[in-house]
Amino acid sequence: MDFKGRDIISIRDFKKDEILYVLRMAKGMEEKKLPELLKGKVLATLFFEPSTRTRLSFESAMSKLGGKVIGFADTSITSISKGESLSDTIRIVEGYSDAIVMRHPVEGAARLAAEAASIPIINGGDGSNQHPTQTFLDLYTILKTKKTLNNLHIGFLGDLKYGRTVHSLVDAMSHFNARMYFISPESLRMPEDLLEELKAKGIKFVEETDLLKVSGSLDVLYNTRIQKERFPDELEYKKVKGAYRLDKGFLSHIKPDLKILHPLPRVDELSPELDSTPNAVYFEQAKNGIPVREALLALVLGAVK
Amino acid sequence: MKELKISAIENGTVIDHVPAEKAFDVADILDLDGIENIISIATNLKSKKVGKKGIIKIGGKILSKEETDKIAIIVPTATINIIKNYRVISKAKVRLPERIEKIVKCFNPNCITNKENVVTKFMVIKENPLRLRCEYCERVMKRGDIRLI
Repeated sequence: MDFKGRDIISIRDFKKDEILYVLRMAKGMEEKKLPELLKGKVLATLFFEPSTRTRLSFESAMSKLGGKVIGFADTSITSISKGESLSDTIRIVEGYSDAIVMRHPVEGAARLAAEAASIPIINGGDGSNQHPTQTFLDLYTILKTKKTLNNLHIGFLGDLKYGRTVHSLVDAMSHFNARMYFISPESLRMPEDLLEELKAKGIKFVEETDLLKVSGSLDVLYNTRIQKERFPDELEYKKVKGAYRLDKGFLSHIKPDLKILHPLPRVDELSPELDSTPNAVYFEQAKNGIPVREALLALVLGAVK
Repeated sequence: MKELKISAIENGTVIDHVPAEKAFDVADILDLDGIENIISIATNLKSKKVGKKGIIKIGGKILSKEETDKIAIIVPTATINIIKNYRVISKAKVRLPERIEKIVKCFNPNCITNKENVVTKFMVIKENPLRLRCEYCERVMKRGDIRLI
């Protein structure tokens, strides 16, 4: 499988065997040290909106493989603040680098950048649309902790309407015959078009507002933060926020080997008292960002096949 | 003998089987400015297929692909007849292409196509009911969300 020169824009662009290939490569990266693999290569990180963990984990992944990183994390110091178009910025930066990682507040920006550039573009998040490297690391974490991706019962909890990590993971897990449980307040249900898509693929799912009604069936629970700004009034937000907080009491309602994932940052939805339990894998999940991003960088730069 | 409600054209295009209430919408999306030949728009005609129908006859004009794609989006029942020397030389129901370029505006205000000068592109993921996915922001539009450019 040849990924050289390929853009990583949306998990939808990847077939099942390609996803598995990336995950196998990530495992290889975790097992080996390859400090010379990307020697002489330059990665540009263009962060048009703030992000610390995505940017830092890409920088760390590139450094571990011997490559260099250039870039910005604040557009006020660039020509973008002078009104330069995204396509122009990308065309300039591609002359300085071998691949570009970008995060942008506008949906579809990464796809447009990929059209403008001849070097690989990796989407580090485009508005509320896609964040494919997060999805790869979510999948890698599930595979690593459950030893399989097939036939799992996976719950998605919290903001299912706006959560881009949820939408992408749902799409990816539909390759693996997952049974899905969508647990959310009424106002933050999964978008109708995504449910329609699952129906068309023959994926079994249920929608539920009460977590405890389904928690005992789950192998994996993907928890997400409910953002205050999604609610028109504070009272409604507070009501919802309390209903989905996971703490030690929750552990009596689950299978012993349930794994709890969260894309982080968390606020109140995950009690720190869960952190030391074998069910909590969210910090390991964050750490898995390194081998997964190493694998993707090495693949698109043609350093591994 | 069948009474002809609007006169035949010598050369040009006849758009038929348009639901009556859509006749003026179809006329709106066509680039009719500057055409010097006869243009007839009739509506509320009897039709077995669509109840009351509209029909648009445009002398001397062959529709562009963009125009037929637009018609396919707003009036999937329409047929397009090409007329030469008063004879129908081709007759076809409009068909949605797999991919729609340029003619539809994305309904997501935070889509890059609404922020920068970008040609819009949509995949037709389902025809009935109609679902279009923006190739940039990946949002899915229903018929009611669609605005033509």
